[in-house]
Amino acid sequence: MNEALQPATASSAASGSLEPAIEVRGLEVRLGGRPVLRGIDAALTGRTIGLLGPNGAGKTTLLHTILGFHKPAAGTIRVLGHEVTAEPKEVRALIGYMPEGDSFIAGMSGVRFVRYMAELSGLPPEAALERAHEAMFYVGLGEARYRPIASYSLGMRQLVKLAQAIVHGPQLLLLDEPTNGLDPPARRRMIKLIRDIGRQGEVRIILSSHLLRDVEECCEDVMVLKEGRLALSCNLAEERRTNRRFLDLETSGENARFAEAAAKLGCETAVLGRRVKLVLPEGVEVRDLYKVAASAETEIRRLSYRRDTLEDIFLKAMEAPNGGS
Amino acid sequence: MAVVDRAWHGYKGELTPERWRFLVLPRFAWGDLFRSRILTAYYGLCCLVPLVFAVLIYLRYNLGALAFLGIQAENLERSLPIDGRFFALFLAVQTGMGFVFSAFIGPALVAPDLAHNALPLYFGRPFSRSEYVIGKFSSLAILLSAITWVPGLLLFGLQSFMAGAGWGIANLRFAGAMLAGGLLWVLVTSLLALAISAWIRWRPVATALLFGISAVGAGIGAAVWGIFRTSWGFLLSPGMLLRIVGADLFGVPLPERLPVWAAWMGLLGFATISLILLSRRVRATEVVR
Repeated sequence: MNEALQPATASSAASGSLEPAIEVRGLEVRLGGRPVLRGIDAALTGRTIGLLGPNGAGKTTLLHTILGFHKPAAGTIRVLGHEVTAEPKEVRALIGYMPEGDSFIAGMSGVRFVRYMAELSGLPPEAALERAHEAMFYVGLGEARYRPIASYSLGMRQLVKLAQAIVHGPQLLLLDEPTNGLDPPARRRMIKLIRDIGRQGEVRIILSSHLLRDVEECCEDVMVLKEGRLALSCNLAEERRTNRRFLDLETSGENARFAEAAAKLGCETAVLGRRVKLVLPEGVEVRDLYKVAASAETEIRRLSYRRDTLEDIFLKAMEAPNGGS
Repeated sequence: MAVVDRAWHGYKGELTPERWRFLVLPRFAWGDLFRSRILTAYYGLCCLVPLVFAVLIYLRYNLGALAFLGIQAENLERSLPIDGRFFALFLAVQTGMGFVFSAFIGPALVAPDLAHNALPLYFGRPFSRSEYVIGKFSSLAILLSAITWVPGLLLFGLQSFMAGAGWGIANLRFAGAMLAGGLLWVLVTSLLALAISAWIRWRPVATALLFGISAVGAGIGAAVWGIFRTSWGFLLSPGMLLRIVGADLFGVPLPERLPVWAAWMGLLGFATISLILLSRRVRATEVVR
């Protein structure tokens, strides 16, 4: 089986040993005199990093600052060890960028466009042509590669943007809202491609999106921005692990008495009909709950640890005052 | 070619030198440009004119050919002497044809990139704004050079060869005038075309504007002359300024009384304004204030 199509095995533990893809220190960016990014400090070490935030949170501005499109008013950004303001070309040579929205060169066929972009990144013409064909096949546009881009559907244009972002073999891929405007099959295809590229291990990915599901499906780490500030930066798996003491019980019998007894153990409880949701405090184990249930003449029929979804994590970050986590 | 391999791999091959990477732009631009048969035919016509001038030089020194055509050498010498006016005429004809060419291809250089939000694709790579402008400028400037001062210098070389080495040395000024006048015209015309292309996204309007700048500037100059009896109004006409500088370089009578230094400054002003307009427009992102 092809390596690219094997299931993901990348772990957050592995990503912990990687050098930071992006290191941001005290970053402030002002656009038109208005502060857009305010005092961001973060070191993103994951292999696939989701950049989340509501509209206007500063996601695209952060990506543009990484690319050197905006000069920081204060602070520094390092990309794979290179300082963005001091070595802009070196940084951009490491990056493949897929912009948000429609972005292409008019009057070109798909493969000619991708070849052009490859040559601008420094590939010799023959290598650029060969890799342009490969990239078009890789993203699934092999059959349409000689068609003018202007005739492509929105989904195909998103794919050709991905092809131009990877054609020169970047070490860091910046994807800005890659599933914008895609129908469900096209979205699934795009997500699968992003996951495949991430699994290769050769490319680090930063995926900016306001769609939690995209990030949840593709990313190991997540960085949440809120009003230009860093609201949260975490490893998704670790963040979920810290919430493993959240239990969802299905019971039969006297729920109220059971909930009362569990509360006496120090549990936070909520009774919803036959279901009891509770958070175990330190020192209280599941077997203690069974004892309490027996004494309350309640039968626990099903018990499950409820993992936090990315939505929970995101909402918690959004609710935190002044962003900071 | 590994088109069936679904894995994606990095690129570890050699890279082209950074300093020449801007030439990718003209190479691709020309590929697109010469798909148009009309423009290709027109450019071919522009390339034929130097051949006509070369034939005239050849005939001037080939009495057998003149006799065959029934032309007397004295008549040819009297009606078309090969001097500063001959080379100035060549440059005037070629710049006129070149201007029409640039009016049609200039607007297609930057405007489509802006219309389709392509600039982030360029500047997200190790490719700077100045390289982009130089690349786009080269797309037009190389083609215009190839029909103006380059064949002009070749004609000078042919004339020097036919007339003997002494003529070339004695009239080296014409070569300098051809080079300086041609380069100045290419610089101003290309930058104007690029600046208009960067600000006017609709191609026919951009083409009309390029013609308009030339015509309106000359019109204002003539109006100012008519009312105030001063030539300073011609500072707004790049075409007139180029004529004044060209005439001075070739040593032929000046068309207007505007000082030559003022014409130079006016042209530099046009080039500077064009560059400023370009720099304001050619950006990866537009910040809305």
